[in-house]
Amino acid sequence: MALFSKQNKEVFTNPLNVDHPILGQVLGICSALAVTSQLKPAIVMGLAVTVITAFSNVIISIIRNTIPNRIRIVVQLVVVAALVTIVSQILKAFAYDVSVQLSVYVGLIITNCILMGRLEAFAMQNKPWPSFLDGVGNGLGYAMILVIVGAVRELLGRGSLLGFQIVPDACYDFGYVNNGMMTMPAMALILVGCVIWVHRAYFYKEK
Amino acid sequence: MKLNTNSNAYIIIYSAILVVIVAFLLAFVYQALKPMQDANVALDVKKQILYSLNIRNLDGAEAEAKYAEVVKTEKEDENNGQKAYECQIDGKNVTVVSLKGMGLWGGISGYLAIDEEGKVYGAYFNHEGETAGLGAEIKDSQAWQEKFIGKKIWDENGNVVLSVVKKVEDPATQVDCVTGATLTSNGVDAMLKDGLKGFQTYAIGRMLETVANTDSTKVVEE
Repeated sequence: MALFSKQNKEVFTNPLNVDHPILGQVLGICSALAVTSQLKPAIVMGLAVTVITAFSNVIISIIRNTIPNRIRIVVQLVVVAALVTIVSQILKAFAYDVSVQLSVYVGLIITNCILMGRLEAFAMQNKPWPSFLDGVGNGLGYAMILVIVGAVRELLGRGSLLGFQIVPDACYDFGYVNNGMMTMPAMALILVGCVIWVHRAYFYKEK
Repeated sequence: MKLNTNSNAYIIIYSAILVVIVAFLLAFVYQALKPMQDANVALDVKKQILYSLNIRNLDGAEAEAKYAEVVKTEKEDENNGQKAYECQIDGKNVTVVSLKGMGLWGGISGYLAIDEEGKVYGAYFNHEGETAGLGAEIKDSQAWQEKFIGKKIWDENGNVVLSVVKKVEDPATQVDCVTGATLTSNGVDAMLKDGLKGFQTYAIGRMLETVANTDSTKVVEE
């Protein structure tokens, strides 16, 4: 089987549109609300989830034939937990500020439904390479929403992007005020709702 | 022969091997990254102390150098783990005190810099999980932290008079609390009362010491 056969391409692109984990299946919403008040933690969180879905998919796919059926969820959890712990330790060592901002939400990737969902639905039945693509596709789909929501919230809530001020001081002099609502998780839910609405209205194609 | 992956023996051996492999892997990663993590934590503490001395916006190496220049000695209270840092900044002797307390959702902490007259030189607060935009303002709002500057901490009898209140009646000792975050502000108030209470003798002692020893570098060398 070719590395980028039509089938494999679909495995990669489906989660970015039809089977999008957040937009299509509405999974993993909880952490999407919590970490998106600024753009930088949202990007790091998206990358972390992408790496973890990709590698946990590969590992589970490699050992899928040896996993005893009765404890397969336990085995999946152990693999995911190990990867999450490693990523969390790496963040603490190399991106301390971001890991402080993300606080418990890195650890909570373990409970992200996207991960368990992909392992159970895809990696348990497929070879490592398609599983890797599926993991990357789902991770990027998740990251995409985090970045969109994070950018809108930081821009409207703090007037900056990635910590750099975007809204000029002149606007504040004329009475422009940052929208404090945007820094709260409730607005993230409303924004995710808007993104799902736009996606369903313009981009969603029935299978 | 194909293994029966559903037999009890297979399941037990499989899970045992898996757990041992994962345990070794995690232990290895933890050990390998520990020095860097410790360095990050130590640097973060130094940055927070510098924030409380109104030195902000320094990156890693600069903060390290500035800290070495400013902070002279470090003392720890063995009973409660409270720390005091004796600093010299712009020719003034300033003591930074570490504080710990409870906010609304989790722990809060802070550093308060005290000048020679027993007044606040600067303040920095941190939190674990206060609400963004409300309680989290104790950390995020520099303007709020700057409200502490110049406030009197102790009265003549050594009682802590520095407080965070809803309605400021005595601007010399009171700070307006964060709007919408009364409980977190109360936590800060309690933390200040608690942390500075056990500290007054030391701070006053040091104040007397600096008056007695005009050559303060000599004290440090001892």
